[in-house]
Amino acid sequence: MANHHAHAVLPDEPEKATLEGKNKVLGFWLFLGGETVLFGSLFATFIALRDQANGGPTSQALFDMNLVAVATLLLLTSSMTSVMATLALHKKDLKKIQLWLTITVILGLGFLALEIYEFVHYVNEGLKMSTSAFASAFYTLVGFHGAHVAFGICWITLLQLSATKKGLTVVTAPKFYLACLYWHFIDVVWVFIFTVVYLMGMIGGKVG
Amino acid sequence: MSAHASHAPNRSGLWDYLTTVDHKKIAILYLIAGGIFFLAGGLEALLIRLQLMYPEIEFVGAKTFNELITMHGTTMIFLAVMPIIFALMNAIVPLQIGARDVAFPFVNALGFWLFFFGGVLLNTSWFLGGAPDAGWTSYTTLALNQYSGRGVDFYVLGLQIAGLGTLIGGINFLVTIINMRAPGMTFMRMPMFTWASFITSGLILFAFPAITVGLVLLMFDRLFGGNFFNPDAGGNVVIWEHLFWIFGHPEVYILILPAFGIISEVVSTFSRKRLFGYSSMVFATALIGFLGFMVWAHHMFTTGLGAIANTLFGLATMLIAVPTGIKIFNWLLTMWGGQIRFPTANLFAVGFIPTFTIGGMTGVMLAVPPADYQYHDSYFVVAHFHYVIVGGLVFGLFSGLYYWWPKMFGKMLNETIGKWNFWTFFIGFHLTFFPQHFLGLMGMPRRVFTYLKDQNLDMGNFISTIGAFGMTIGTILFLINVVVAAKSSKRAPADPWDGRSLEWAIPSPPPEYNFVQTPLVRGLDALWVEKMAGNKGMTPAEPIGDIHMPSPSFLPFLMSLGLFVAGYGFIYHNYVVVVIGVLATFACMFTRSVKDDPGYHIHEDELEEKGVKA
Repeated sequence: MANHHAHAVLPDEPEKATLEGKNKVLGFWLFLGGETVLFGSLFATFIALRDQANGGPTSQALFDMNLVAVATLLLLTSSMTSVMATLALHKKDLKKIQLWLTITVILGLGFLALEIYEFVHYVNEGLKMSTSAFASAFYTLVGFHGAHVAFGICWITLLQLSATKKGLTVVTAPKFYLACLYWHFIDVVWVFIFTVVYLMGMIGGKVG
Repeated sequence: MSAHASHAPNRSGLWDYLTTVDHKKIAILYLIAGGIFFLAGGLEALLIRLQLMYPEIEFVGAKTFNELITMHGTTMIFLAVMPIIFALMNAIVPLQIGARDVAFPFVNALGFWLFFFGGVLLNTSWFLGGAPDAGWTSYTTLALNQYSGRGVDFYVLGLQIAGLGTLIGGINFLVTIINMRAPGMTFMRMPMFTWASFITSGLILFAFPAITVGLVLLMFDRLFGGNFFNPDAGGNVVIWEHLFWIFGHPEVYILILPAFGIISEVVSTFSRKRLFGYSSMVFATALIGFLGFMVWAHHMFTTGLGAIANTLFGLATMLIAVPTGIKIFNWLLTMWGGQIRFPTANLFAVGFIPTFTIGGMTGVMLAVPPADYQYHDSYFVVAHFHYVIVGGLVFGLFSGLYYWWPKMFGKMLNETIGKWNFWTFFIGFHLTFFPQHFLGLMGMPRRVFTYLKDQNLDMGNFISTIGAFGMTIGTILFLINVVVAAKSSKRAPADPWDGRSLEWAIPSPPPEYNFVQTPLVRGLDALWVEKMAGNKGMTPAEPIGDIHMPSPSFLPFLMSLGLFVAGYGFIYHNYVVVVIGVLATFACMFTRSVKDDPGYHIHEDELEEKGVKA
């Protein structure tokens, strides 16, 4: 196959070596622009409804700093490991890429497990989708982010499996690059969720 | 073993169109599907006008009337004019920038099939217990379960699926225009239609996610007991209005900018002059795009946002008249002193200018908040937005279709039928909507299925309905023209109008690889520059060689079908069906991502100046 040959002459920045690769990278940045509007709309909705507990549990009563801190630690670390994978990509070192991505996926799974635990816990505390406008907005925003995490885990895993056969080429390099970009983006979104949903939610009373 | 197959997969007929990733064939798919939805939306409009022809009649009744106005607005905006815009963008933009293909052929096909299945899903509501009836804006709480039926579920899911298609289509065009331009095709040499498509795609990218979120929230409220819009549980209905109009206002610019682009091309070609004030046109287009995002709350003056917000949004809205005025004057000055010809394409373009100007002026009237309190929800508003959307956009689309039909299909549309098409449609349009300004000022509210006798509303409504028949005749004449063109054996020349831009440099219809050799662009109006230099065609920028093409794929169709099936699962609360549909879609994504598609090559010796079969 052509793979050996391609690998031997793999250029610098292999993700942008072909027109297809360039198109993918640009297209994905634009897609993330759209995602920003998407999350922005969800954040705006949440901010408008965050004090509308309708007699049900409030954010002050529910949120637990320890749980959220651990989740944040896991996800932010995974962001760093995904950056390490991108750096390994630029060194064209497939083994390192696979290693860092494996760690990323494990950390992501840990985050997801904590989020599922958190949601189950809140439902037991009496916060259901139908309890209040706050509940609807919370589950939608945080759940939407969680779904992005879950999708990212599946995506990266699949990529890792297929790359063991295909190796690092100008075809697979953009795929790795985009997956890392995506993962980094959902971590950035989490920073906003941590601030707007959790930190602001733990402060009593209305803001502004 | 070579990584590339050396021959085009041999596909024909329906299977060819179900699997195509060729932007020119996708354009034809968009045109056919958009055209069918246009006829459906037109039929709905005609039924609305028949119900309102005389006072106090029961032609369709109140319930059906609500469904008709909802579906008319939704269908026309999302399923008719947007796809026809996408048809022209797909057919023309890659040619105008000298590209072999779009950036993402597969995604392009996926965008079409998502739109198509979303539209079909929405329209099956007519046969499955009633269409949505909460208005095309689907305002909550009216759109929640207690006040409206299952139809709104079809609205939520149909638009969601179609909207995803539009979004990825927009990304495809942004990347295509940024990355795929021929050598020498700088941004300030791009034809105005390409510029307009570029800005429109940018608006799509930033506007559509807002409605995506709005539809998700409405879906959660209706299907999963959410409380976003339920005031009893702390919800807030104004959130829907904001999300809807943060999308909805840019949407009208998503619609009108490509029409502006078409008018710029047509007026310039048929005046045999370069477009007057090209760089100010580019600037005006970008400015309209930017301001389009700043004015959404002018749809909400009476919501109670307060005097400050109303003032700011009112002022921002009036500002849009400035770049739009620049455009109007530039078109007039392009014609000034030109050798003007009036084939049907230019009739529509010239008819567009005063008509759109009237719509723009009523827009400035509506932008004054205290005045808007009077006009609000009256037929004045209906008259205003039909003047811009039909008098602007639909005239623009007809102009574009008459102009580019030979390029798309290799056949000329008949000019005699075309002129009848123009005059019946043009007169019918003004008869329909001009009286509605006065009906509105006299107090006729929007969205009512009838009115009382002898309140000075009878005559205006009667004339309006007669006008609707005029537009119907115009549309039928267009269809006749299409059939006549298809049956004619005369093939269109490559450059029937003595054109100025690159698409006229290649055969009609273009071969699947567009340009045998990528052209070298040496100025604005690239082909005209060569003609003036005495050259027969474009100067090539590369030697003749093998051309790489993407393989056709059935996956876009299947992926969209999966979401279509899942949509019914949500509507009927059958989660087994949802899982089956979503899994099917994911399976297609999986297949696409693990199976690398190297495409195929067309060899140098196979290259001929022959067209695709249209």
